[in-house]
Amino acid sequence: MSAGLKVEGLIAGYGETVVLDGLSFELPPGGTLAVLGRNGVGKTTLLTTLMGITTRHSGTIALGDQQIEKLPVHMRARNGLGFVPQEREVFPSLTVEENLQVSALPGGWDIERVYDLFPRLKERRKNTGNRLSGGEQQMVAVARALLGAPKVLLLDEPLEGLAPIVIESLFEALIKIRDETGLSMILVEQKADLALSFARDFVVIDRGKIVHRGPSKELQGDHDRQHRLLGVAEA
Amino acid sequence: MTKPSSTTTLAPAALAPISKLWATVGHVLPWAIAIGFFFVAEGSLSIGTQIMIWILFALSLDLILGYAGIVTLGHAAFFGVGAYAAGLFSIHFSPDPLIGHIFAIVVSGLLGLVTGALILHTTGVTFLMLTLATVSLIFEFGNQTRWLTGGDDGLQGMRVDPIFGMFEFNIFGQTAYVYALVVLFIWFLFSWRLMHSPFGRSLDGIRQNSRRMRAIGTPVWWRLLAIYGISAAMAGSAGALLAHSTRFVGLSSLSLLTSGIVTVMLILGGTRKLYGAFIGAAIYYLVQDSTAKINPHFWEFIVGGMLIITVLFLEGGLMDLGRIGRRLISRFRQRSDLP
Repeated sequence: MSAGLKVEGLIAGYGETVVLDGLSFELPPGGTLAVLGRNGVGKTTLLTTLMGITTRHSGTIALGDQQIEKLPVHMRARNGLGFVPQEREVFPSLTVEENLQVSALPGGWDIERVYDLFPRLKERRKNTGNRLSGGEQQMVAVARALLGAPKVLLLDEPLEGLAPIVIESLFEALIKIRDETGLSMILVEQKADLALSFARDFVVIDRGKIVHRGPSKELQGDHDRQHRLLGVAEA
Repeated sequence: MTKPSSTTTLAPAALAPISKLWATVGHVLPWAIAIGFFFVAEGSLSIGTQIMIWILFALSLDLILGYAGIVTLGHAAFFGVGAYAAGLFSIHFSPDPLIGHIFAIVVSGLLGLVTGALILHTTGVTFLMLTLATVSLIFEFGNQTRWLTGGDDGLQGMRVDPIFGMFEFNIFGQTAYVYALVVLFIWFLFSWRLMHSPFGRSLDGIRQNSRRMRAIGTPVWWRLLAIYGISAAMAGSAGALLAHSTRFVGLSSLSLLTSGIVTVMLILGGTRKLYGAFIGAAIYYLVQDSTAKINPHFWEFIVGGMLIITVLFLEGGLMDLGRIGRRLISRFRQRSDLP
């Protein structure tokens, strides 16, 4: 099941420091949004604020027709926000299967369905988290989010630091999730071409504000414009 | 034809039956020793009972310290309150040890839930200090309420009926030993099942990364509170065993030192293994008992030395010796298979 996400006037940061400065955007049910921008502009902070991990100073977040900005982290997850963090954060002493079991929530995917999506995880199900490659850890991270009955999936640089062949297979899996489940998804990604080919819409963040937005088609393949837009962000 | 190499012949699949055998031995051995002890050490059953009580107490600590990562200095509070609850119940309500035992479990479990609800919002040093304050407050309460607890004279005058009206607590300690063994076995099975359930795995996850557990929808605080209450109930059960087997409850059962001793036992044996509590408590008690006969202060020196060596060289406590031994044996077997 998919739901929309509506963010209005979001100001958030770490302690007194403001990182997100009045962000507003809307993701329709089943929509996909690429969040672009250079390092340190607040892309990850946006996702962690949506999850309730980073302090929100003001602004509202609506998941479907429910306001979630005041909910604790675990309740946001239980209400349908699935988060795949940049660091993957696989539990090192738990096996793959145990990593998946602790994430399962009623109404989420079952483990067999996850294994169909990532057959590699089935092969490695008895291995502990600290004995997995980066790509396998990323698969576990995505799988864990799917087991938690998400309505909106937040992906923080899921392809970062992976070998090209692993990127290809993981990206295929993400496309499969998008096409077969119709989940709403927000993808934070440095690789602009990949992100734009994945998402229907994009936003560019700079210094905590959205400085550009539009349908991904506008930018896809237009490297000059990509450079110009992301270059503006770099200025 | 090329002869397969030794590493091929002793690949993980080939070693699996050996591992399974070791695992079975590891499960059976402690209980076989405990049962065997009953028949061969009739004159030392009271020491055996004490060891099992401490094992149960250390096991309860393993659930929170080992699995959930809750570092506490106040676990004796639940042990002592369980002991006093069982003692007071036998004096004022009923001398039936089983009903008194259940009463002690409920009282200490509730105390765990109430204190846990108050202090589990905090972490780190703050939490540690609050556990210290809790045990100190309860100790002082026990000390000041002489009319109820006997103060520093301890609680005396307990009456304990035979278990099921048949098995009387005798001076040889047979009934107390079997009683403690059965209670320990029940709690062990419960703990084993619990720690291998998704709930137990989630505690493991919370210990490793509580932020991540929250982000996958786990109500971290509630899970910690639940295991804190369960652990307190188990510690109270150990306290009740102590009260019933000795018919006396001393103020020391509530002391900070008792919290320290059980922590040392668990770290000696190894956390997060359940059986670590068995090894740690048994070794601690046996070293204490044997060396104290030579010199009443010398045992602390020995235990302290063992603790230093364990912490420095055996990350998983004395339980690691088994793993190291198994590894050496399999290496030796691999070498002996070389052409």
